[in-house]
Amino acid sequence: MLTKRIIPCLDIKDGRTVKGVNFVDLRDAGDPVELGARYAAEMADELVFLDITATVEKRKTLVELVRHVAREINIPFTVGGGISSIADVSALLNAGADKVSINSSAVKRPELIDELSREFGNQCIVVAIDSRFADGVHVVNTHGGRTPTALETIKWAREAENRGAGEILLTSMDHDGTKAGFADELTAKVSETVGVPVIASGGGGTQEHFLDVFTKGKADAALAASIFHFQEVPIKELKEYLRDQNIPMRL
Amino acid sequence: MKVAIIKYNAGNVQSVTFALNRLGIEPVLSNDPEVLKSADKVIFPGVGEASTAMASVKENGLDKIIPGLKQPFLGICLGLQLMCRHSEENDTPCLGVFDLEVKKFPPNEKVPHMGWNKIHSLKGPLMNGLTNDAYLYFVHSYYAEMGGSTIAQSDYMVPFSAALQKGNFYAVQAHPEKSGVDGARILKNFIEL
Repeated sequence: MLTKRIIPCLDIKDGRTVKGVNFVDLRDAGDPVELGARYAAEMADELVFLDITATVEKRKTLVELVRHVAREINIPFTVGGGISSIADVSALLNAGADKVSINSSAVKRPELIDELSREFGNQCIVVAIDSRFADGVHVVNTHGGRTPTALETIKWAREAENRGAGEILLTSMDHDGTKAGFADELTAKVSETVGVPVIASGGGGTQEHFLDVFTKGKADAALAASIFHFQEVPIKELKEYLRDQNIPMRL
Repeated sequence: MKVAIIKYNAGNVQSVTFALNRLGIEPVLSNDPEVLKSADKVIFPGVGEASTAMASVKENGLDKIIPGLKQPFLGICLGLQLMCRHSEENDTPCLGVFDLEVKKFPPNEKVPHMGWNKIHSLKGPLMNGLTNDAYLYFVHSYYAEMGGSTIAQSDYMVPFSAALQKGNFYAVQAHPEKSGVDGARILKNFIEL
């Protein structure tokens, strides 16, 4: 049986992880490769590296980082942040990334999804959607969730799939950082609307939240960052708990 | 040992190269028939769409070379599908090493079949040391039907061939280079054939 996936997300700036991490036995908690390897050993199913580096010059370090990660780590990983062209994607995939995640650039120019899926196949194109609930509507936001658009979340998810997205990474800005649970209702709506896998992101704080997002939220995968970095919810324990609740898990 | 990875316009070979490096192997990437024929092992990776990939295989004359190779040969993912008789993906005639049809998954569940799935009913040396609890990482929308050459089965809506073998020709649908310790074991088994 196909298992549900648990995905830690690492924020990268200038080739280093940002946000605190407190794995006591890491020599250097800022090294994305070391942290990624640690997660892989703890049975994480995939990794997401989100690059928040602003300058073009420093983004070159990202390709080097991807190469380094691919050399060391034997589970799939996705790279996102600031990707806006075939050349960007080509460089990252050729360095060993398995998938790329696009967000603001796809909203700005939706044809990018068609172009990338045609060039590289839809299996490696993840469309990330940052959604916020405003005036009774779930609205797509860009630029890290700071800029609202005229797009409605579910419609945009469907369009992204039709244009060639192989996976949707749905982040609820209303839930992100709250540790009060994922946006189960919205995730279920998106998951029932599209025929590709949906990764839920934002709000996971306890093991029960993950159970809810896989059952009520109908998510195919769940992503979180700080609760894994700080070992508030150790990945292996989380997966054992979910398996005991009859969620298919790789262990 | 000389391990050749077939170079053609399909997919990213970097991950396969790195996985072999982790086993102490430095593969060569080539579409030169002489290099492929003289290698101890040949790996045929692949990601992408079947008809485009087959066109690239033919452009390089590899469709004539591959079926006649004598050394252990391993197709991965789309590589497995191209080794079958025919793919429903854009109605593509393939290499015919395995007399099997490649079909599209029904739309009852999410497609691509993406993530970790169990393999079972394991046979032969490629699956040495793996158990029916092994998980491999899959990403595909088409699958090879079950047949006499099936050496591992997986199930997603339908039972399908997770791995195949006929003589010196081996193939896996999953990505062993991305499948943790179980995947690394498959690559090691292949290298040790």
